[in-house]
Amino acid sequence: MTSGKVIGVNGNLVTVSVNDTVSLNEVGYILVNDKRLKSEVIRISGSSVEMQVFEMTKGIGIGDDVEFTDELLAVELGPGLLAQVYDGLQNPLPQLAEKCGFFLERGVYLGALNQEKKWEFTPSVREGDTVRAGDPIGSVPEGIFEHKIMVPFSFSGTYTVQRIAGKGAYTIKDKVAEVVDEQGTAAELGLSFEWPVKRAVSCYEERLKPVNPMVTKVRIIDTFLPVARGGTYCIPGPFGAGKTVLQQVTSRNAEVDIVIIAACGERAGEVVETLKEFPELLDPKTGKTLMERTIIICNTSSMPVAAREASVYTAVTLAEYYRQMGLHVLLLADSTSRWAQAMREMSGRLEEIPGEEAFPAYLESVIAGFYERAGLVRLRDGSTGSVTIGGTVSPAGGNFEEPVTQATLKVVGAFHGLSRERSDARKYPAIHPLESWSKYSGSVDFPRTEYARELLFSGNEIGQMMKVVGEEGTSTDDYIQFLKSEFLDDVYLQQNSFDPVDSSVSVERQRHIFDILFDVIGGTFNFSTKDEARSYFNDLRQLFLDYNGCEWKSSEFSRLEEELKGKIKAKRTGTEPRAARVLGNLS
Amino acid sequence: MGKIYSKIESIAGNVIRVRAEGVKYGDLASVSSAHGISLAEVIRLSEDMVSLQVFNGGRGVSTGDEVRFLGHPMQVSFSDALQGRIFTGSGKPRDNGPELTENMVEIGGPSVNPAKRIIPRNMIRTGIPMIDVFNSLVESQKLPIFSVSGEPYNELLARIAMQAEVDLIILGGIGLKYDDYLFFKETLEEGGALSRAIMFVHTASDPIVEALLVPDISLAVAEGFALQGKKVLVLLTDMTNFADAMKEIAITMEQVPSNRGYPGDLYSQLASRYEKAVDFEGAGSITILGVTTMPGDDVTHPVPDNTGYITEGQYYLRNGRIEPFGSLSRLKQMVNGDTRSDHRALMDGMIKLYAAYKESMEKKSMGFMMSDWDEKLLKYGDIFEREMMDLSVNYSLEDALNKGWQILAECFTPQETGLRSSLLKEFWPVKEAVVE
Repeated sequence: MTSGKVIGVNGNLVTVSVNDTVSLNEVGYILVNDKRLKSEVIRISGSSVEMQVFEMTKGIGIGDDVEFTDELLAVELGPGLLAQVYDGLQNPLPQLAEKCGFFLERGVYLGALNQEKKWEFTPSVREGDTVRAGDPIGSVPEGIFEHKIMVPFSFSGTYTVQRIAGKGAYTIKDKVAEVVDEQGTAAELGLSFEWPVKRAVSCYEERLKPVNPMVTKVRIIDTFLPVARGGTYCIPGPFGAGKTVLQQVTSRNAEVDIVIIAACGERAGEVVETLKEFPELLDPKTGKTLMERTIIICNTSSMPVAAREASVYTAVTLAEYYRQMGLHVLLLADSTSRWAQAMREMSGRLEEIPGEEAFPAYLESVIAGFYERAGLVRLRDGSTGSVTIGGTVSPAGGNFEEPVTQATLKVVGAFHGLSRERSDARKYPAIHPLESWSKYSGSVDFPRTEYARELLFSGNEIGQMMKVVGEEGTSTDDYIQFLKSEFLDDVYLQQNSFDPVDSSVSVERQRHIFDILFDVIGGTFNFSTKDEARSYFNDLRQLFLDYNGCEWKSSEFSRLEEELKGKIKAKRTGTEPRAARVLGNLS
Repeated sequence: MGKIYSKIESIAGNVIRVRAEGVKYGDLASVSSAHGISLAEVIRLSEDMVSLQVFNGGRGVSTGDEVRFLGHPMQVSFSDALQGRIFTGSGKPRDNGPELTENMVEIGGPSVNPAKRIIPRNMIRTGIPMIDVFNSLVESQKLPIFSVSGEPYNELLARIAMQAEVDLIILGGIGLKYDDYLFFKETLEEGGALSRAIMFVHTASDPIVEALLVPDISLAVAEGFALQGKKVLVLLTDMTNFADAMKEIAITMEQVPSNRGYPGDLYSQLASRYEKAVDFEGAGSITILGVTTMPGDDVTHPVPDNTGYITEGQYYLRNGRIEPFGSLSRLKQMVNGDTRSDHRALMDGMIKLYAAYKESMEKKSMGFMMSDWDEKLLKYGDIFEREMMDLSVNYSLEDALNKGWQILAECFTPQETGLRSSLLKEFWPVKEAVVE
């Protein structure tokens, strides 16, 4: 093994002189007193290498020994990952707390997976079968999923199964199969294996275009700004605009198999809410707690910054691993700006030439590389799996012109921009309906949502004009147009994430109420005065909000629906020509 | 340890360089110069060249001065003897008491394991209605007071220090004007609160490096007491000075600046301090209230901006009052449901009416006619500002809620308030006015 000695310390960057070969991104341990501090090689020049330390560097001295492991920064993949809470380097935090108490002691690393637990293994290959990397050799039940045991992703070429264990209970330390490659070299396989976090897993047949929507049960997203399974989206927004609440709501309601939450450089308090609530909350789909389909990677703002950089990669690697089993995984990263800042800190220490706002010049390609690890794939057995990535961005000063937001916008498929204006007006979720966009197709047909969006545009324009000329100077037609757009905003775009019913709206219900909504916004109305129009729309809004708060298909729901339809019918005189065209094209 | 080096290779700003061996990163050294002895901290090691940041500054240090490495990082004495005492940023007594040397603990320790945190659940009462009623302060919360220089933020902090229902107050002063330091000291002495307070004060004329130590030293002491089961409130004023001190030092160190000259790790640096706020399960808690002055009243300035992303809400201090609209305590929902049944509804109702008052004020200033409703709102707004928002008023939460009902009754009929009739029946001061 290569070893070395510390020759310089600058913040969390340590310079080491080495006696043999090292590779980039190789992991090494710095020995300080009785502690081993995990570090990663990030630059090599001659016999001196620079390493970023994933821990506080206090107490490191010149001449301290460094041991290299010959391995890249990797995560352990195997059964038992679900429901875990890890730090950025895959240390299980609850177990760490049992061992060290309140504080995160440096230099303490625990195994990511339970070594003792027995898993019921069922083989799916026979002796003599040929397998490749990523092919299943059997499975174990993990909660509600069938966790496939696969040939390690790092195996290249084809292998022949020489021995396979029978049905039975095994721990992850046990070996369950032996395979030989074309040259006749044998390798033993267990239930788990390691994979370097910074390399994308590519043991699938082909990547497909994401088409099916990933339902979040947030109306404005599913109807107007949809996200596809296997797609990417970003949520930039100033502080206090509700990024984290939106992420939390999504992590609860999203219709996917597995949710991975990467709390990257954000407040610890927010993770704690998820941590304490998820084991209590039931997933309506499976009847099990939400925690059983969740993995939390938690590297909050006060934890060492280099591990923060690693945490998003850890998260995406776990996501890719479950995708390989034909599952749909959603990765929520909050926030990617903190990750970018971690890169900026390292870049500064390396004295690289800074780019815009001192971010490194490779910022864009690194962000692109991360989001590109999302995707819908067809596996070799014909099934499909997906990784969807949703990242929040915390732009400095709430200004979207900054480098991280811009670099992200270049590579994502949907942009959910949060606006201070809307959050100040308590219009939640504060996604700006006019500035945001999505390239995916949603759960309601495009022509009608497009019609609704145009209405928002014109309503907004009229609203601006009214500020100057007053209500008196606005024509009744324009005024009705304005009221319609306000109505659409109030009853459809806004959603109460704390209301038990309104917080999650199924696609079926979205389609159903959109039909009623479209009757209103696509209709013509006859009002003699503006006051009459205003009070009519106020009543209609109140009714619709009550309707939104009713359990789907309950008797109260039907009663309010009848009342609502009656009220619309009473004043509606016909269909707007443009709306009629939209409907005509559809039928 | 204890070897003395007497050749300083370079001096630039507050940073000196010495060739030495066996030095650890983050260790302390003492530098003896003609102007006295100062502590210094190792901030960079490169082969045998050690860069040290001198707490008293580089001014007057000569290349022939003696540097002695102490073999340990920055520490502070931790014991009950700290209570009632005043220290400098580097932990030296600022009052006439003795220097404390027993039970030294390291500062800037590791962060709390998120798995060991609990969901906050206790309110801290301050006797200030704009905090208790409208944006309750919660144990383990971290909240900044966003303010423009010239606002009475130190007066506000001093009042909170006097009145907050906690076991221990730790005041960290960073770049404090000497007058303000004396103001805090006198106020706490007169109010008899000094005995349950510890002050770490860096005044504007002290060496800049000491400014960096104040939050760490205050929080290390707070952590010690919290682990003993005490409810500790840490007041830091002013965190913008802390950030500016970091900027000054980063630029002297020739670091690449990121935004308006601040170092790229501003967020991480601020976060590692604010995140010390915690509620220890089975022990005490740390709550942090910091002042962040906004240069030019600009909330997008890097310091308030980064702070806003870290903290759990903020109080805006404007025109001598805590502004109800921008201010937000993100954790208030966790406590204001269990105080009194009318708390939440009254809080929302009064703020909605105050917002309507603001609109009427705007209309009035534009010369529109005032309706009867507008007149009522104007009356309400005036009383609300005088009797609730004014920083000098002092009520317990219950009295403040009662006062709120009185103000509403003085200005409106029960129906006009938009509050639920069940609450009106229970709390409206003039019972006859409430009709079914």
